Amino acid sequence: MTTQPKDEQITRWEKVILPDIKDLARLDVYLANGGYKALKKTLAMKPEEVTDQVKKSNLRGRGGACFPTGLKWTFMPKLTTKPKYLCVNGDESEPGTFKDREIFERNPHLLIEGTVIACYAMGITTAYIYIRGEYGKWVRMVERALADAYAGGFVGENICGSGFSTNIVVHKGAGAYICGEESALMNSLEGQRGYPRVKPPFPAQNGVWGCPTTINNVETIANVPVIIDKGWEWYSQVGAAKHPGPILVGVSGHVNKPGVYEMPTSEPLLEIIYKYAGGIPGDKAIKAVIPGGSSTMILRGDQLEGIRMDADSLKAAGSSVGTAGLIVMDEDTDLIRVIARISKFYYHESCGQCTPCREGTGWLWNILQRFELGQGTMADVDLLMDIANNIEGNTICALGDAAAWPVQSMIRRFRDEFEKRAVPSGKGIEAAVA
Amino acid sequence: MFTEENLKKVEELRKRYPTSQALVLPVLWLAQEQFGHISEETMKYVAGLLNVPFGHILGVVSFYTMFHREACGKHHIEVCTNVSCMLRGSGRIVNHLEKKLGIKMGETSRDKQWTLSEVECMGSCGTAPMFAVGEEYYENLTPEKVDSILGDLK
Ligand SMILES: Cc1cc2nc3c(=O)[nH]c(=O)nc-3n(C[C@H](O)[C@H](O)[C@H](O)COP(=O)(O)O)c2cc1C
Ligand code: SF4
Ligand code: FES
Repeated sequence: MTTQPKDEQITRWEKVILPDIKDLARLDVYLANGGYKALKKTLAMKPEEVTDQVKKSNLRGRGGACFPTGLKWTFMPKLTTKPKYLCVNGDESEPGTFKDREIFERNPHLLIEGTVIACYAMGITTAYIYIRGEYGKWVRMVERALADAYAGGFVGENICGSGFSTNIVVHKGAGAYICGEESALMNSLEGQRGYPRVKPPFPAQNGVWGCPTTINNVETIANVPVIIDKGWEWYSQVGAAKHPGPILVGVSGHVNKPGVYEMPTSEPLLEIIYKYAGGIPGDKAIKAVIPGGSSTMILRGDQLEGIRMDADSLKAAGSSVGTAGLIVMDEDTDLIRVIARISKFYYHESCGQCTPCREGTGWLWNILQRFELGQGTMADVDLLMDIANNIEGNTICALGDAAAWPVQSMIRRFRDEFEKRAVPSGKGIEAAVA
Repeated sequence: MFTEENLKKVEELRKRYPTSQALVLPVLWLAQEQFGHISEETMKYVAGLLNVPFGHILGVVSFYTMFHREACGKHHIEVCTNVSCMLRGSGRIVNHLEKKLGIKMGETSRDKQWTLSEVECMGSCGTAPMFAVGEEYYENLTPEKVDSILGDLK
């Protein structure tokens, strides 16, 4: 079982995304704490320089795919007669993820400042912040901050007297996980059903309303003012060299202090669980963790030693950072229930465009329900693997993969759990029905 | 028909988007806020207002889970049962609610006071288990806490 790390101190990290400053959501407080300084610095730079700084910082997207942000920005065409758009992705619906909400609530001006800087860098004059519909309260918080930012001259016409103008619109979703997928988000913004689009064309060429578009996660954008303010040299040295910067880790499940913790990337998972999140209730052992939201591959609790919260480390461990939503499960957890529930989620959220995803997610859920009821056989386990393998890589968007990975990893790493629950072949569903 | 205030809001919205169709979601939200749910008549009205085919509006309304085509109970309790909530006892909260309100998940009480639904992750996993009633989130729930919330809602 897991050994607790020695009682070292948590890395001393001076928080920059969610600092502990009272009422930071208020413009006057934000300004008093150096707010919109990075914007002013930006407006004195050339747009290419801004993108260059972001590139050199090595910031990678916090929305799940860890894509290099500066590089993404360079995909935007410089010479175009069409308007260009920025979509800030605040759909935040991946189970186990609750970090962007903290930014909306505690530091909305950082998000707004980052949005304006990104617009300046890419020559964009309209940005949409897409926030999931369930976050109605948080939509209003961002709108309030935005109104203040407009009134203060930090958004809108002739920002800070620079001659640069850009507008920001907050757009409220209406309940659909799939709208977090970037092309579905664009369709949703256009007033359509949130169906993912076939790629290519990529958003930078042909995005929302057929125009060049960049899509970035809320937390990604919130990192941008920090890079400009403190410099890319500083930023690139925080945490893991290839995946640097502060990261918001949401810890949930069986821990004493669940919550969102800001830390440098590359903190050991065990430190996150025991130091930040206060360990496991009742000092139980860890059976399993899902490191980055429900789509990422599950890891065994007895194999966490040395694994860190960064892209390379988690990849080497056979999982991924995803949204850094760390779900912890203690030794008494029924993992069959867990995987059945996760599969139900993907079945429910599949948009139904691709056959492998639409049908496959339903089959996965069906078979796993059978297991939950104690009617599954080991032949069913092979069938589950087969179905998952046939979904993976065969669909329009990554929801298919996201449905397959948890099942594949659960079977690979916790075959014993299935064996314990399985009935002998031939005594499965047929026997139960008979 | 929209109130004067909502009609003004629609005009404001038009300035924010390059197409009329892009207003479908924001305008449906306004409609749902004003009428409580989105009836066929409302959909026709929105279609006319935005000059978008009725079929398109219908497609959108049926796609998004937060648009309701029928009125539900006065208090709509949406309980998250996804994995982080499940690990922290959402099952116990569901049982307690069902017993207390005398209805099952997905049902509305006869007096139209309560509707119970299961929802997917609400982004409240760090304060699980949780339910939402309208825009309000109720977090770190225990059966005792549920009792007092229900009492206050009545
Ligand atoms: C099914 C699905 C759901 C997604 N949901 C979100 C989401 O809620 N928020 C988000 O930022 N990215 C989400 N993504 C990832 C986006 O497609 C996209 O990669 C991301 O917003 C890019 O931003 P980044 O480069 O700053 O990370 C989702 C992807 C998939 C396949
Ligand atoms: S993979 Fe699933 S969610 Fe994605 S487009 Fe295909 S059916 Fe829709
Ligand atoms: S799992 Fe319930 S709020 Fe995230």
